[in-house]
Formats: sequence, C-alpha cells, structure tokens
Amino acid sequence: MSYIKKPAARHPSLQPNKLGLTVRDYEGSMSTLCAGCGHDSVTAAIVKAFYELDTPPHMVAKLSGIGCSSKTPTYFLSGAHGFNSAHGRMPAIATGAAAANRELTCIGVSGDGDSLSIGLGQMCHAIRRNVNMLYVIENNGVYGLTKGQFSASADIGSKSKRGEPNTQAPIDPVMLGLSLGATFVARSFSGDKADLVPILKAGIRHRGFALVDVISPCVTFNDHEGSTKSYLYTRQHQVQVVEADFVPPASEITASVAAGGATQVTMHDGSILSLRKVASDYDPTDRQAVWSYLYERQRSGEVPVGLLFVDERGVEMHAASKTVDVPLSKLPFEELCPGRAALDALQDTYR
Amino acid sequence: MEPTNIRNPQYFHKVVDCQWACPAHTNVPEYIRLIAQGRYADAYLLNRESNVFPGILGRTCDRPCEPACRRGRVEDKPVAICRLKRVASDLRGDIADRLPRPAAAKNGMRIACVGAGPASLAVANDLVPLGYDVTIYEKLPVAGGLMRSNIPAFRLPERVLDEELDMILGMGVHVHYGAPIESMKWLLDQGYDAIFVGSGAPRGKDLEIPGRHETDRIHIGIDWLESVAFGHVEHIGERVLIIGVGNTAMDCCRSSRRLGGKDIKVMARKPRRYFKASPWELDDAEEEQVEIVVNHEPKRFVVEHGKLVGMEFQRYESREEGGKLTQTPIDTVFLPADDVILAIGQEGAFPWIERDIGIEFDKWGVPVVDKVTHQCSLPGVFFGGDAAWGPLNIIWAVEHAHQAAISIDARCSGRPLTDRLPPGMNLSSAKMGLHEWSYKNDYNPEKRQKMTHVALVERFKRMNIEVEVGFDAEQTAREVERCLNCDIQTVFTDSLCIECDACVDVCPVTCLTITKNEEEPELRKHLSAPATNPAQDLFVSGPLPQTRRIMVKDEDMCVHCGLCAERCPTAAWDMQKFDLIVPYARGTSAHNGNGNGRLGSGARRTQCNGK
Repeated sequence: MSYIKKPAARHPSLQPNKLGLTVRDYEGSMSTLCAGCGHDSVTAAIVKAFYELDTPPHMVAKLSGIGCSSKTPTYFLSGAHGFNSAHGRMPAIATGAAAANRELTCIGVSGDGDSLSIGLGQMCHAIRRNVNMLYVIENNGVYGLTKGQFSASADIGSKSKRGEPNTQAPIDPVMLGLSLGATFVARSFSGDKADLVPILKAGIRHRGFALVDVISPCVTFNDHEGSTKSYLYTRQHQVQVVEADFVPPASEITASVAAGGATQVTMHDGSILSLRKVASDYDPTDRQAVWSYLYERQRSGEVPVGLLFVDERGVEMHAASKTVDVPLSKLPFEELCPGRAALDALQDTYR
Repeated sequence: MEPTNIRNPQYFHKVVDCQWACPAHTNVPEYIRLIAQGRYADAYLLNRESNVFPGILGRTCDRPCEPACRRGRVEDKPVAICRLKRVASDLRGDIADRLPRPAAAKNGMRIACVGAGPASLAVANDLVPLGYDVTIYEKLPVAGGLMRSNIPAFRLPERVLDEELDMILGMGVHVHYGAPIESMKWLLDQGYDAIFVGSGAPRGKDLEIPGRHETDRIHIGIDWLESVAFGHVEHIGERVLIIGVGNTAMDCCRSSRRLGGKDIKVMARKPRRYFKASPWELDDAEEEQVEIVVNHEPKRFVVEHGKLVGMEFQRYESREEGGKLTQTPIDTVFLPADDVILAIGQEGAFPWIERDIGIEFDKWGVPVVDKVTHQCSLPGVFFGGDAAWGPLNIIWAVEHAHQAAISIDARCSGRPLTDRLPPGMNLSSAKMGLHEWSYKNDYNPEKRQKMTHVALVERFKRMNIEVEVGFDAEQTAREVERCLNCDIQTVFTDSLCIECDACVDVCPVTCLTITKNEEEPELRKHLSAPATNPAQDLFVSGPLPQTRRIMVKDEDMCVHCGLCAERCPTAAWDMQKFDLIVPYARGTSAHNGNGNGRLGSGARRTQCNGK
C-alpha cells in the first residue's frame, strides 16, 4: 500500500466520455493490496470498461465477500453503491440487489477462495437463477490473506512457495459454469488488458449471469517457479481461443471487428459482440463443443483464454420471475406490499 | 526505438526542466527542498555555486526556468522559482564563513577584466579562489554594471546588490574605478595572462526619424536609466512616450512614473504576443497605470519652436495567418508628449578595440567569439556577457563567465581550451523505507502564490522603495510544495520487470506503457496517452524478460510522485536522486608559470611570480 493518495493531476489529453467523465473519475481509493498484485490490474480494467461504456457510476452496485479480491471494489468507481458481505455470501447479496433494483448494473468481485470454497454453493445458485450481473473471479490459486495456502483452484502439481506440490484436483470455474448452464463464460489474464477489457464490457452488457474467470497472480505467495498461476507460467501457457470485440449500439463496425471468420452476436441492448476465432474448429456458441474443447486443451496443460462461450437466448432472473418493468425499489409501498387482504386473496387461489 | 542510454547525464538532466532551461544549470529542485526544510543558508549557497548572484537574480532574473517548469504543463502556472530564490537570499543569515575564499597562495597568473558587471565579477568569483590575481577595469565609479545602472532600485535595492558584489570584491579583486579601457592594445601590453571582456552592450539604439535632433527631450533608454540611477535626472515631463516594449522599456516607464510622469504610454509596433518584455514585467507596469499601445510605428517627432510637443505614429491593423503576422497601415495619429524615451534595443560598442591587433570582427562590427571557449581570434582574449553575442540577461552572463573561466584556467595551465570536462551525474536511490522517500512525493494541488506589492501611492513616494514585498512564511511554505521534484528520477531496470502492469495502472498522469517496439513517431501515437510534446523525451527500455515488449515512459507529464516505484513488486522502478555535476574552472593542474604564455609584449618578459 502507499501512504499518499493518487495525485489529482491528470494527463491533459484524457478525453471525457459521453457523460463528461474522464477515466480518472471511475477510480476509487488507493489500493492497499501488495505491490504488483494482479487484482490491481483487474481493477484498472474494470475502471476502463465502465468509462468506455459511459456508465453513470451511481447506477452501479459493487458487491463482494471476503478476501484480497473482495477488497478491490473500494479501488474502483468511488461513486457507485457497494456492499461487502460475509465470506462467500456475495452472490446472495447480489441476487437481492439485482432483484430490488433491476436498473442497477451489478458487478460482483470474488476470488477463488470466496467463490470456489466457502461460497461455491452460493455461486452455483446465482448461475442457476441467471442473475443479471457481471461476476469476476480473481483467481490466483492461493489464499493470499492467510499467507498462501492452496485454494480450491490450485492445479495438481503446482508448487507452494515452500516447494510442496498440490495434490488435490482443482475446481475449474469455467467448466463448472458451463456445466451449470451459465450463458456467458470467459477466462482472461490480469496481465492482458487488450483481452480483458472487451470481455468485461460484454459481460456488463450481457443480460444474465456473466462469469469471468481472471487469472490474477499473487505476487507475494504464488508468483514463483513451480506455480501454475504465476505471471510467467500464464504467459507461457495461455492460448487465445477467441478474440472478443465489443461494439456498442449504433457504432460503426471497424475492419478489425468485421474481419473474416468472426461470429457476430447481437446483444439485448443492440451491441454487437464480434468473436474472432483463433482456433479454427472452435464455436463459442456451442456449449457442448466448447466444453469438450476446453477439457482436451486444459488436460494438455494449456490455459485457453478469451470469451469462451456466450448464449444471448438465456432467460435472466427477472424475466423468469415475471417481475414488473419498474424496479421494485421504485414501486410505491402500497403496490409493493398491497396488504393483508391482497395476500389472503392470493392464498385463496392456491386452496 | 533503441533503448534509452540513461548513463548519459544529459538524459536525466533534461527531465529536470528548470535546471535544463537555466543557462547556469541551477539545481532548482534541491534548493527548493532546502528552503522547505528552512535551510535558507544552504539553499543560498547551492544557488550561489551556479548562479553567483542569488539575491540579485531572485529579483531580476529573466526566469527561463519558469516557462520550462513541468508544473506549468501539469497545471497552468509554473512554480514561482525566482521568488523562492529571493526567499533563500533574504533569510540566509550570516554566511560569511561559508563563502569561497581566495587561495592561500597566488598561482602567479594575472587576469584582466573589462567592466565590473555580472560577467567579469563571476569570472573573478571562479578564478580568485584558484589563486588567480584578477584586476577589473570599470569606467564608472562603482561596480555592478547594468545591474546598478539599468535596473531601477525599486526592483533591485542597492543593499542587495552591494552585498553580493562585496562577496566577490571582498576576496581581493583589484578594481580600477573610473578607468575606462580606451585601447585594447594598451591592455594587451600590461602583461596579463588572459583578458576577459565583460563590457556589456552599452550602446542604446537610436531612432533616426525626422525631428530626432531638434530637441533635448528625447532620451536613450539605458543612458537615461543610468542618469536616474546616479541621481543626475530627478524629473520627467507629465506626458511620456516610451518607444519599444522590451524589459528596458518597462524599467523606463516605471521609473518615469516615479519622476513625475502622469500620462505614460509604451508604444509598440506589433501586437502583444510579439513583445520582448517578460509577461510579469508587463503586468507590473500596467499595475502602475502605464498604458501599453499596440500597432503604432513611430513616424516623426513633432517639434514646434524648439519644443517637443509629441510624436506622429503610423497605425496598423494586425492580422495573423498561419503564424505569420501581416500589418496593414490604417492612418497616422498624433500623440502629445513632453518627453520621449527610446528603448528599442542595445548593442555592444567596441571602438576601443583596435582593428589591427588580431581580433577579428564580423560584418556587424562584433568580435568573432567561439561559442564554447569564449575566446576570440586573438588567443588569450575572452568575451562574455552581453559583450559576447549581444544583449541577453544576467543569468546568461554568469554562465558565459563560468565557461570563460574554464577556458582561462585551461589556458593558464597549458591545457588546450577544448579540454573541457563533460557534465557528470550522481544517481542515488531516494528510498528510505517501505514507501518512504527522501523527498515529499505527495502531490500538492496548491495554486501559485501571488506576490504582494507595496501599495501604489506608497511606492511612488521614492525611487528606491522595493515594489515586491517578497513571499511571507505562509506563501513560502505553500509554494515550495508545488515543486514536483523532477530531479528525483524514475529509474527502470528492465531485467527485473515481470510486466504486472502495476506501474502503468497506478500512474496518475498516464505516462507509462508496455508495448511492442516501434519507431519513435509511431510509438508516440500508440502510448497510453499520446506523447504529443516532441520537446520531451521518451524513455525506452530494453526488451522485457517475459514478453520481449518494452517499457515506455513519456517524460512530459510525470509528476515524480513515485507511485510506479511504490507499486512495483520487484523494484524494477526506483526513484533515484539525480545530481548534475557541472564542471567549473578547477585549477587542478600545476600552475607552473609556463602555460600558454603571457599576452602582448608582456609575454616576452620573464615573469615567474606575477606582479
């Protein structure tokens, strides 16, 4: 951590977005994480994504649980709403927030400990309900806050800082998400913002649960030789499977987006998601094929990255529950809670 | 791009914009830190090493450092460097025992200086402590040159001037007052080992238009200022026209204001942005209700019955297209005046240098002087200050003097004049602990402090009431915090970098990028924020270990907050204090009396012990 605030001075050429805000207006307070933590890079990518999407900060809800990763919402969008929940319980809180105010953009930031150990059940049910939120897992394979024990995402054979290898099989959030029916599944790397930022933007705009697993190395406990979640290992083993480009509604589609071989997915708000396949036999809209492909590649030691799977036909929580269009939080109390008589009448229909 | 060679001191020197812009390379950030710590005497002495006259320059410097100051790019106003220099001078206390002393033993070399202005005095300042015997010939009865005769006392009090001149003269410099040199030949024959000409640019330009010689109410600016300075002129008419808009014009109009002038107009031929005067001097003049009139060209002086009544001007309309000024005449106007002061420039005057003694002159009648060694075509004769290449300013005169002193020292030591030490540097880590640095890295958004001026009525009472009050303790405390400590350099070691992006993410001014290497013009476009200021360098690292990309830093906006180093997990970035080592006359070689030989006929005399 630093003892000074980030200087208010900024580069004069920083352009304001449509709201008149610069990228600096999307920052939070100074990070207290270890210097060089991958999470800080993910924070910077989130800042950039919201700035580029012209999102009003006060229309965002930042949700997190416990852990290094869960500290990070403090470091972006200081103008947004935030809730720091009990360990692993962020998905429940996020579900509540999304249910109460459907106009909010919900972003949950979690870690491999928070999501894959104590909060695994919570996450699975948020996926199952298809809560409309961006769910970022900052995945470093260790419990950083408690001095670097292996987490549930540590690969077999990956070595601890003291040299002991991990022997238990990892829980892979991407494979888990695919098997649970998640409609947006991506994996990225904190050291590769060119890949991460468009994925985050697409995830924010995806209607439903967008799961983004970000390999985010722990510089203090898991960036050594023998680790499979270090900066060097990830750089050596990552294989870009899909290159995503996010094109907001009514924008001109540039040549790089329109390049041959791209699958174009139109999103609910009219944005276009252009997915350029790097691997020729890859179809990011075929869940079963994606699952088999990733299973094979990961067995051979590769780390496939990119926006791996997307399905815009999913039915998110509000649509499934047939709630009204007006956010529940804005309904007059009498409508939201019509009283004893209305409840009795409703119950009568079930008798 | 090729990786930046940070072993070349000039790379980091250029990052310290103020020090780079200062002709004498004053270590500005370091002395501002010393002021911040209340170490005024240390700050003064550090200044004095390079600029010799901190008290004088703290009031009168042309401040090339301030337009260069990085703070001016990051915000809009630079650090008030000049004012802080004055603070160090005003509060320095007694430093007599810390000043350079004359050498215990003379080295037998005798140097003559022409004119007791800043250039000659700075030469003496450098050479006397090395054992040289310096003699100055001055036409006036006092020392100081234009600092005394042309800078009015309301800008530079006599006390300040005397104190700093005495520091040099007190070392045992011989000054012949009232002794104008009328023949270089004579001076050459006096057997000096070297001669330094620091006689300034004492001739004010005249304006030969009709009516010029029909009245005695037209004055040459610098001569008039000299007469004012020595009390020969105590009044001026109520209506005064000043021709020209340089800093001399500003001194003339403000002096007129104190000598009875009521309606004072400064007449300019061009629009304001073409003025030569420093912006703050224009402001100060306007504060004193002097009117600055643009687009007027003098046509003739109107003299009726032997009395000046005014001047006629051609009025122009100015238009600027593509950076080119076009002026179209409109009409002629008459402006009444009791006195006119011409402040349209000044030049060197060398009628006293014989043209047949080996000193080569160019077609404008100016001696040909080597830009590096300051030597003219006659070996052993050196020029500096305004005498070298025409009017500049005091700080340039000081720098000329340092360079000439190096040459004189080399000549007298028998070394070739081109044998000059290059600038050197020290780099030492500023790290004091976990995120603790030997400087205050927190950015202070304080605005530039405004100088308090003596009230108008008060200041016009006497000629020598100093207008600027100087910063008080509060203002000083605020202003020092505005300095960005540009001498605390960001030093990068590419082999340590793990490309975690932490520095790129944290940089408040978006000056870092990890990217693939390209040629400079392309690279400048593809950075985190485009590098649009070509005057500012890019730092380019070697290939980084993991991806072979490069780290690029655009020096332009860096506020030296040190966050890149604080967020770096491997200390690939470090904040290191940069000290420029400026070479001065060193006097290290044995002065055995057989240097490059004495000048003139004296050279043939066998003199081993000087006198």
